[in-house]
Amino acid sequence: MIEKLTLDINGEQWVATVRMADTLLDVLREKLDLTGAKRGCENGDCGSCTVLADGLPVKSCMMLAVDAIGKKLTTIEGLQDTPMQHAFVEKWAFQCGYCTSGFIMNAHALVNQHPDATDEIMEEWLSSNICRCTSYQEIREAVKSVLKEQRFDRKRPRNRR
Amino acid sequence: MLHFNFDYYRPSSIDEAVELFDKLDQDGKKPIYLSGGTEITTLGRLNQVFTKAVIDVKGIPECNVLDYKQDSVVVVGAALTLTQVWESKILPLLGEACVRIGDRTSRNQITLGGNLASEIIYREAVLPLLLSNSTFVVAGIEGIRQLSVHKIFKEKLRLKRGEFLVQIKVDGKYRKMPFYIEKKRKSERVDYPLITLEALKVDRSIRLAISGLCAFPFRSYEMEKELNNTDISIEERIDRAILRIPAPVISDIRGSREYRIFVLRNTLLDALIYLGGVRA
Repeated sequence: MIEKLTLDINGEQWVATVRMADTLLDVLREKLDLTGAKRGCENGDCGSCTVLADGLPVKSCMMLAVDAIGKKLTTIEGLQDTPMQHAFVEKWAFQCGYCTSGFIMNAHALVNQHPDATDEIMEEWLSSNICRCTSYQEIREAVKSVLKEQRFDRKRPRNRR
Repeated sequence: MLHFNFDYYRPSSIDEAVELFDKLDQDGKKPIYLSGGTEITTLGRLNQVFTKAVIDVKGIPECNVLDYKQDSVVVVGAALTLTQVWESKILPLLGEACVRIGDRTSRNQITLGGNLASEIIYREAVLPLLLSNSTFVVAGIEGIRQLSVHKIFKEKLRLKRGEFLVQIKVDGKYRKMPFYIEKKRKSERVDYPLITLEALKVDRSIRLAISGLCAFPFRSYEMEKELNNTDISIEERIDRAILRIPAPVISDIRGSREYRIFVLRNTLLDALIYLGGVRA
């Protein structure tokens, strides 16, 4: 069966003609030219294809595209100029960069879902992704810097007019 | 990329789902039910699963129930994700097993029913359900059946053709009973288990269920009987329990048979000390 699907990606409506057996990763990369989600293991192990569905990280290689109908999807293309993107650059949290978009997606969701994330929660979330260049320490530092910045922003007194 | 194509259906009721299955089966489509979809996308890529039609049960309200009322029964829908079951805290015994499966992101997709019906041998979510004598609610063309876990889960989930798992029911008394759970992996933080062991203390006796040790998850009454024999030393109890392992112990790249038994021995000791208050 081949059908025309409408997906909500990064706040826009995208239409693609897909096979029902196509994964979300297939459709993002091959039909919509959103190539930020990377094809890695295609087995749910590496996390390089991570995107957000309704704010939660999912591995797009393990999700049928048809299953994403009605969900608000976010890909790395939708996180341009976000604190997490800047933190990864500032902390040199990558080497070859192949895993980076998946890590940023996961880390972005983490700081949104758990603004007071402990080291334990951070480790639990980040262990969903693999970095073959072993930039783990720098990735942790990037995430921690965004958490710290968020906490600082929340504590800063607001101007009342 | 899956190298075969299929039709996709998303029924909104149990009746619609089972009737669809029946029709598609008669049409030779080899239908399968799915909820999280993680197994068809991964095993399908390796040609280990094939179908011409999938029936997604996520849209069925009964499969998404999460309910507990005071002194009542905990009801957990089969289409809930492992993350939802864990975060609900509705049944800690089950939640703690769910949070040890896969990794955090995968748990946002893998469902409780999907893990229980998995082709992969570990099916760790069944351990607390074996310990708590749970009831499985399954639906088929002949109607709804409610069965003891011990009748329907023998090494794996034994559904009749065309049936699917709708809900799990667990007596609310198990919500507050002391339990111990440990998942031992070879080295990584995320991996299949060397062994996952869950033990539950009911009154003064200990129940035991294990995954990863043999080719299927199990609860062993024979091992429990040995572990609960307080007339002998704790070491002797464990030695005798190990002699009662119900099937050959796995020997693979994660660990040899001997190493798995070594890990089991130590983990049993930890479980007994934790639950039994016995001296190490």
